[in-house]
Parts: sequence; C-alpha cells; structure tokens
Amino acid sequence: MAISNIWYFLSGLTLLSALMVVLAKNPIHSVLYLVFTFFCISGHYVLLNAQFLMAVNIIVYAGAIMVLFLFVIMMFDLKKNQPESKSSLTKLAGSVVAGTLLVLFVALLRKNNLPAPSEFNFKSQTGMVETLGKILYTEYLLPFELISILFFVAMVGAVMLGKREAGERNF
Amino acid sequence: MDLLSDFFLAKAAFIGIVFAITLGIAAYSTYFERKIAAFMQDRIGPDRAGPFGILQPLADAVKMFMKEDFIPANSNKWLFIAGPCLSMLTALMTSAVVPFGDTVTIGGVTFDLQGIDVNIGILWVFGIVSLGVYGILIGGWASNNKYSLLGAIRAASQNISYELAMGLAIIAILLFSGSLSTKAIVEGQQNGHWNIFYQPLGFIIFLICAFAECNRTPFDLPECETELIGGYHTEYSSMKLGFYLFAEYINMFISGAVMATLYFGGYDYPGIDFVTAQFGNNIAVFVGMGALIGKALLFVFVFMWVRWTLPRFRYDQLMGLGWATLIPLSMYNVVVTAFGILIGKPFTAGIVGVVLLIGGLLIHDQLFVKKKIA
Repeated sequence: MAISNIWYFLSGLTLLSALMVVLAKNPIHSVLYLVFTFFCISGHYVLLNAQFLMAVNIIVYAGAIMVLFLFVIMMFDLKKNQPESKSSLTKLAGSVVAGTLLVLFVALLRKNNLPAPSEFNFKSQTGMVETLGKILYTEYLLPFELISILFFVAMVGAVMLGKREAGERNF
Repeated sequence: MDLLSDFFLAKAAFIGIVFAITLGIAAYSTYFERKIAAFMQDRIGPDRAGPFGILQPLADAVKMFMKEDFIPANSNKWLFIAGPCLSMLTALMTSAVVPFGDTVTIGGVTFDLQGIDVNIGILWVFGIVSLGVYGILIGGWASNNKYSLLGAIRAASQNISYELAMGLAIIAILLFSGSLSTKAIVEGQQNGHWNIFYQPLGFIIFLICAFAECNRTPFDLPECETELIGGYHTEYSSMKLGFYLFAEYINMFISGAVMATLYFGGYDYPGIDFVTAQFGNNIAVFVGMGALIGKALLFVFVFMWVRWTLPRFRYDQLMGLGWATLIPLSMYNVVVTAFGILIGKPFTAGIVGVVLLIGGLLIHDQLFVKKKIA
C-alpha cells in the first residue's frame, strides 16, 4: 500500500468525522466525533514524521480537553437544553456565507501556487523531539516563555475563581 | 511498506505473544486476587474447580459468557457496547512500547523484543493512559443511570487530576535518561543503576498515581459500591462487565511493567553478564524478559496487597491528596533531581531531598499543627 493512498484515506476520514461533529444531533456524539477527528489529525502528524506532535496532540486534546468537554456535556439534561431549530432564512444565510468562504479559500489556494517542498532540502528529523526542543529553546525562546507565563496567569486565575471565599458554605 | 515482509510478520508475532501473556496473566490475576484476599482474611478461597481451584478463571469466563447479555431499554445502545470495548482497547495498547528485552538473534535474523521503539515511547504511555478514561466515561453515560453517570464523572476527574502528578514524576525520570524512548530509559539503568535508588520520592508518587489511574482501592471511587451501587458498571452484565473487570487487571499488569521499566531497570537483573557468558546472549535476553514480567507481577501483588489492607478514600480526600499533596511533592522532586544532576551527585541529592522533606514536615507539624488534647 502506497503512502499516498494512506494519506487519501486518512484525509477522507478526517473530513467525514469533522463533518459529523457538526451534523450529529446528540452533543455527546459530536464530542466523540471530535475526538476521532483529533486521532485522524494525529495520524497526519505521523505521516509527516512528527511523532512528538502526534503524542502531544493526543495527550492534550483527546486526553484532557475532550474529557472535560464530555464531563460538562454529561452534566446537562440534554432533553431540556435542546437548542431550538433555526428558521429557514437563517439556514439559507448560513449556507450562502459558508459557500462563499469555501469558494474564496479554493480560489486563494489556486492563485497562490504554494512551492512544493524539494526532496533535496527535506530533513526527515525536523519533527523529532530533539530538533523541536532546540528550536523552541533557541530561536523561539521569547514567544515560548511568554506563552508559558500566559498559561501560568490563566492557571492562577482559574484557581482564584474556584476558591471558596471566606464565609461561603462548605458542602 | 510491504505488509507481508519478514519484519512485519515478526512484529505481528511478537505483539501476539505479548497480548497472549498479558491476557493470560490478567485471567490468573483474578484467581490470585481471590486467593490473596482469602489468605489475608484467614479463609481458603476458591478451591472447587480443579486442583487448588486453578481452573477458576476458566469457570468464571464460561459463567460470564453464559449470562444474559442485557442492554437497558433507555440506554444509548452503540455507546453502551463501545464503552467496554474502548476500555479493553486502551488497556492493551500501552504494552506496545514496553521493552520486554534486548535484541535476540534467531536463525541469523535479529529481533527486537519491543512492539515499537519510537522516540516518544513514554509519551505514548502517557497518552494512552489519558485515553483510558473514555471507556468508563462513555459506558457510564450510555447506561442512562444516575449512579453510573456519577461513577463516570468521578473517574474522569480522578484520572485528569492524577495524570498531572504522574507527568511530573516522569519528567524527573526524563532528566536522567535525556530521552523519551522507553528503550533508552532502560538502557540507562543497566548494571544495577536502577532509577529507584535515585528517585525514591518520584517512585512513590508514580505508584500512588498508578493506583488512581487503574481505579484500584484505595482510589476505586468510580465503582464505590457503598455509595454508587456498582459505579460506572452498574447496568452492565455478562461479558461486557467481564471486559471492564478484565481491563482493570490488564491495566494493573501493564502499569506494573511500566513501573519496572521506569524505576526498576526494566529487563536488567543481577548476574546478567554471568548468564550471557555461560549460556549465550539469547538465553540471557529471555531471562531478562522473565525478570521484567516477574517485576511486573510483584507490582500486581502490591496492588492486591494494598486493596485488601487499606480502606477506600473519601472523594474530597482523594482530590486533596492529588492536587494539594502529590503535585507540590512531584514539583519538589523535579527541582531536587535537576539540582542533583547539575552538581553531578544525583544519588546524594535524592537522599538529601527526602531527608529535608521529612525534616521540614516534622518541623512544620511541631510549629503549626495544633495538637489534639487527649
């Protein structure tokens, strides 16, 4: 089996599951399709020889964030909280906007002939942990540190919001 | 990629053997769990099926298959079936990166006794462990039962909380190995330089987190029968329930193998040079594989020992232990380890770190904790 066939299969699967995220009636099914989409994207990372990104994608998105999504959605009473169906005018407007956007994207891609990667400059080790770490800690050190400070601030904020205030009821 | 190449067939055969060993050990873990429980409670335990009750797992399996396979009317049918399947799948996937041994040469071909030697090995373990909760979550929700849902939600928050401390404990290991590959981690520990001597604190943190991730007593709150009937598997019967219980035993064995890999030198054992010189490389490697499985089984015994010794935690105690004790402890461990490597004395730093911690806790207790008046 050629690699390109795997690529086509995986891309088809990704698009299909991504579509099902939007089309599924049940929010839980939506979340599970989203998890599956993340797996497909991880598969693409493997094809690009970026194993580290694949593992981190699974750990962070499929393993942590999506579990929290499921966690929150399971708390809802799904029968009571059904979103009311949109009017046909809204649906029409939505599909017109989405269709225009799609045409724009396709046109953009066709206009900008993206340069094909040359086989001679291709480095198979680009996606490996060592290379990635070196680049992050030399070339992109400042953005990397700034992002970690941002995360830290967000974490402290979340803890502050979740903290029980003095005199509040202790369950 | 040729699907019928020798390489592919050898890997497939090896993975098949690992699955067979894992499933066999998981099946007999159920028997030994009951035997050990019986021993600790001064009973005899199962002794009807075969000599010493040795056929009990077979009898249990037949019973599980023969029971009515019931699906509740208002459940979500497909997700109800998917739950136990996902549990089994994630339980079995972790073994792919555990290095069961060094390379052996059979008939002029060199085999690697490891499913896949990827350079992100330990991240793979971590990723699959974080996926393990999906089976419980989906099964618990699809049962359409309040108790199942509560069990599922408990499982989700417990797994996410303990993953953090587990990840930090792994980071201290990575500081030693300088690589994410499980093979490299084991190779760095050969000849008795086991990580447990350098990382006693890290090992204890990892062990506690492994208990929580496997949903074993004292952290088996997702299936806490005193509060939640049966927890996430309240509505399950027949082999679907069997899958959930079986996945737990597989998880125990695999997490034992991972702990042996990370902290107890993997397939290293004393006298490996002697065996190699006397009987050749292949025998030495297979003895090493046996040593790894033996270490893993020792951890399975520890899991059972603790189960029949300690009572269950309360849920807020569980969360408090995870967030307020284990995470700060593992951060302290990372700092001490990094400092030890920086000054070039990791062993001394590890010991001094533990002594300082205990001393600090004692002083803190003396100064700030009010004594109860008897």
